Amino acid sequence: MLWGSNAREAHPIFFHHLLKGLDNGARMYCVDPRRTSSAKFADAWLGLNVGTDIALANAVARHIISNDLHNKAFIEHATSGFDAFAEVVDAYTLDRAAEITGVPGSAIAELAEAYATAETAQILWTLGITEHHNAVDNVVSLCNLALLTGHVGRWGSGLVPLRGQNNVQGGGDMGALPDKLPGFQDITDPDARARFEAVWGFPVPPKPGLHLTLMFEAMKTKDLRAIYCIGENPADSEADVEHARALLRDLDLLVVQDIFLTRTAELADVVFPASVAWAEADGTVTSSERRVQRVRAAVPPPGEARDDIEIIGELARRMGVDWGNPTARELWDELRSLSPLHRGMTYERLESEGGLQWPCPDENHPGSPFLHGWLWADDLEGRDPAPFSVVEHAGPAEELTDEFPLRLTTGRALDSYNTGVQSGSIDSPIRYGNTIDLATTDAARLGIEDGETVRVVSPRGSVEMPVRVLDDLPDGLTFTTFHFPELVDVNVLTNDAWDKRSGTAEFKAASIRVEKLAEPSIDSDTTTSEPGSG
Amino acid sequence: MTTTDSAPGPGGVGTGAGSETAVELTVDGRSVSVPVGSTVLDACDAAGVDTPTLCYAENLTPVNACRVCVVEQDGSRTLIPSCSRRVEGGMDIKTDTERVRHSRKMVLEFLATGVDLSQADDLNRWAERYGADPDRYPAPQVIDEPVRIQDELYIRDYDKCVLCYKCVEACGDDAQHTFAIAVAGRGFDARIRTEFDVSLPDSACVYCGNCVAVCPTNALQFKTEFDLRQADNWRPGDHTVTRTVCSYCGVGCNLELHVQDETIVKVTSPADHSVTSGHLCIKGRFGWSYVHGR
Repeated sequence: MLWGSNAREAHPIFFHHLLKGLDNGARMYCVDPRRTSSAKFADAWLGLNVGTDIALANAVARHIISNDLHNKAFIEHATSGFDAFAEVVDAYTLDRAAEITGVPGSAIAELAEAYATAETAQILWTLGITEHHNAVDNVVSLCNLALLTGHVGRWGSGLVPLRGQNNVQGGGDMGALPDKLPGFQDITDPDARARFEAVWGFPVPPKPGLHLTLMFEAMKTKDLRAIYCIGENPADSEADVEHARALLRDLDLLVVQDIFLTRTAELADVVFPASVAWAEADGTVTSSERRVQRVRAAVPPPGEARDDIEIIGELARRMGVDWGNPTARELWDELRSLSPLHRGMTYERLESEGGLQWPCPDENHPGSPFLHGWLWADDLEGRDPAPFSVVEHAGPAEELTDEFPLRLTTGRALDSYNTGVQSGSIDSPIRYGNTIDLATTDAARLGIEDGETVRVVSPRGSVEMPVRVLDDLPDGLTFTTFHFPELVDVNVLTNDAWDKRSGTAEFKAASIRVEKLAEPSIDSDTTTSEPGSG
Repeated sequence: MTTTDSAPGPGGVGTGAGSETAVELTVDGRSVSVPVGSTVLDACDAAGVDTPTLCYAENLTPVNACRVCVVEQDGSRTLIPSCSRRVEGGMDIKTDTERVRHSRKMVLEFLATGVDLSQADDLNRWAERYGADPDRYPAPQVIDEPVRIQDELYIRDYDKCVLCYKCVEACGDDAQHTFAIAVAGRGFDARIRTEFDVSLPDSACVYCGNCVAVCPTNALQFKTEFDLRQADNWRPGDHTVTRTVCSYCGVGCNLELHVQDETIVKVTSPADHSVTSGHLCIKGRFGWSYVHGR
């Protein structure tokens, strides 16, 4: 089940593996509001309405239970809370789910039966699940399906969130989370802190910090006055971006460390030019499958750009602490000494074994191709059973109205990446620019032609952009990428309503209207906005 | 089948369990032992024999188009293609008999008579080994088309194409599943074409460059390499090759950065790595010029 993921374009080489599976007889069901290039390879495409994933997942669960296809032995052995869960999903009949999601009940039933009766099955998802105001509920609604069928914790089955960046997994692993030390050790745990304090030689504050979204909240209340921003471009990438820019401008101090003078760096008081981490510096990154691999310097950094490690070390020195000049490898070995997940991963092994997947607790451990095998152990390895979660359909934070009757969702294109800082360099023949994609029916109703420049208005602002008319886009749905903020400031439109647990904003569901321009636009790149709104 | 009534159990872990038995055979008089399912080519490798291949690649399904890898098997009437024939116990393989040498020589000569092999380093090495002399044939018909330069990512030079099908396989169901190219035409007019021979940017091509990566003759060539060759500044002897990980998405594709004069000039991927099997997408293959501020 590929759910809220266009892996064909966003994770192309992972999709090669998936295609190999299809060639070998695997079936694929694709759940996505758009009939994406990934969906075109699917046995069935379930084109649900944006933000109705929970209703669909709950209906799949209900159908599995009511047809007695759930894995009762596994549920009994490894889970808790099944009865309460079954009671809640009982309200999600095929008919009701079809009404909410727009997916025919027969397709939901087919998906449910295929998933429950498969020998092995995986649920793969990406930001279509997590960039919603109820992101965590979306995720656990899918986890429920795996618990219901026992498709987790064993070879060939599992829950697979595909990570969007080459080291977003590694960043979390290394403790770049507000409440974790490296190796996901809890910052509120005094024993964990003591282990780090013994090596680092100073007290570790026990109080969790702020994640990115809360930082912006704290900027709003002026509790946060200084930011040191490394390798992130929030002045282009945040939802309701004009608001985010105003907050960044209002800071007492903004320090940016990046490889280019990004829009965020342009707002900074101080900019540290950094080397390119994967081509000009040594270190490790961790992929979506928890595989730690080596990156290596192939070319020298230009001009005054320096390795991130060196910049941070120099900064510490100016603050009166001398950390010496550690190599990436020395830092890695310190990490190994403190993180049991990584302890067995020597540089030699990372090189000779093509990377290693954590947990890898000692040097003889082969690494772990999948997690949660404990669910099948006789005594659950002493752990508590995995709980079912009770979650209800909520829908997007921003409902469609007469004023803003179209749904806008966003995503990536094959040849581009995020705000285009890196991918903008590709001289790509398949690049079609930053369009607003409209269904043929909606375009006809609005009297808009393919290629025409229109004004796109959301409750937060408006931008002008060209239209691409697509005949396989459902009525009422519009789509755009966000790769060319210098051309079209798409995040002026997106909704910064966010999930209080994950901190992720609802990039996937804004309400908009599309207006014909009165006169042919002379400059189609013009951006207008209403700063401070929303 | 249903799992609803199955007792808890982790299920099979790993793949191919139980099939790791070995096959014993002889290559050029040497006993070798290789896993069941190996090819004769694998056995030759295990015996330390350097076998010429052209249409074979370790990350593609053999198409048996070129016949340059043929070997002699005791008891077989014809020479057999080593790249696709599976090993059987007791096989007696000979790779350097007069018959094998003669066949390989003829294949290499026939290829060289009509095709520009000036940039096919491996083929030239083997041609020398087998004493191939294409000049002993009358002046051949050659394709003689201008190089097709339709974008900034890669070029097509049909004068250099030996129709080995590797690019078609990489674009098709061996990796990319885009099916942008296939063989069109018959006999001398056979060419690797896009649909209706439209230009690459107008075709189904998604510019992963996996076809370029498997081309053995440089008929498909990255534009960076082509431009440097035009400027007489392509110096592979001076290249360093550094393995690293792609900066786009979270799949963890391994990249080999080919660097000349402190500048990346080509990106490939190791065929033996489990993540990529040598294949990349447009971002990994071509998305590096920002490193040099371009």
